[in-house]
Amino acid sequence: MPKLHWEDFQPGAVAVYGPRLVTREEIVAFAAEFDPQPMHLDEAAASATMLGGLGASGWHTCCLLMRIIADGFVLDSSSMGSPGIEEVRWLKSLRPGTQIRVRATVLESRPSKSRPDMGLTKFRYEVLDEAGSVLTTMVTTAMLGRREPEARP
Amino acid sequence: MKYFEDIRVGDVFEVGHYTFTDDNIKAFAMRFDPQPFHVDEAAAERSHFGALVASGWHTAVVWMRLMIDYRRRMDEAMRARGEPVAGIGPALGFRELKWLKPVYVGDTIAYKSEVIETRPSESRPHAGLMTFRSTGVNQNGEPVITLVSITFVERRRETP
Repeated sequence: MPKLHWEDFQPGAVAVYGPRLVTREEIVAFAAEFDPQPMHLDEAAASATMLGGLGASGWHTCCLLMRIIADGFVLDSSSMGSPGIEEVRWLKSLRPGTQIRVRATVLESRPSKSRPDMGLTKFRYEVLDEAGSVLTTMVTTAMLGRREPEARP
Repeated sequence: MKYFEDIRVGDVFEVGHYTFTDDNIKAFAMRFDPQPFHVDEAAAERSHFGALVASGWHTAVVWMRLMIDYRRRMDEAMRARGEPVAGIGPALGFRELKWLKPVYVGDTIAYKSEVIETRPSESRPHAGLMTFRSTGVNQNGEPVITLVSITFVERRRETP
């Protein structure tokens, strides 16, 4: 049985998950598979681009964020997936050798109108480097099972 | 890529299609999104999805890969015609990503991207900003994913 339910995520709550060291090898492997652009694949080519050096694909950062929160709490929760992402901002490059963490802030919580066994929780996630600089921000809504489904009227 | 000045609102890129399989759904999910309904058939059957479904991140990054391949083909065709090719990127992020329907084993998703806004960049005089909406549609014609992205595109330099 999952330990965490919709009721456990109250607005204002903040938690930090990770860390995870991001290696050059995984940056290049992800890019080769999903985002094969020079600035994610090769130092020499990357130094000539606007990024000024090898950096992870923004999509890779999103996928790493997903994995960090999966290990951090999602796999211990009654997660039912997500209807989508309101916004992602790629603010700074994720460079090889960076150790990242994810800061999660609960923004809003409301019961589902259509499903009495589900609630919706809006999170802001921030990917942080060792110095605490924010590399990427994401605002998204999670669908979570309720510990005590609302009685149908 | 075409130069910023040559891009019009309403331009459509038919990006390509991809078939999600048991193997590629699980391989992606084991790395990045190992929720039970993405990695385990039995657990997926018990879930509200009723069967194994692809991670939404998988559905999204497949679009990115197809878009890169599409751009590469477009650039090669432009070079073959002797036309100059504009640089593109970096992207600033995306918004309004919606996972509209689950993607199941065997679904083939066709992706296209449509330009919805162009505007000059204030910070980069040699680039403009292109906003485009990308959509993935399954074999039954049902949209499964949509998102809005924004990226820099190089402007044509004035030749004296």
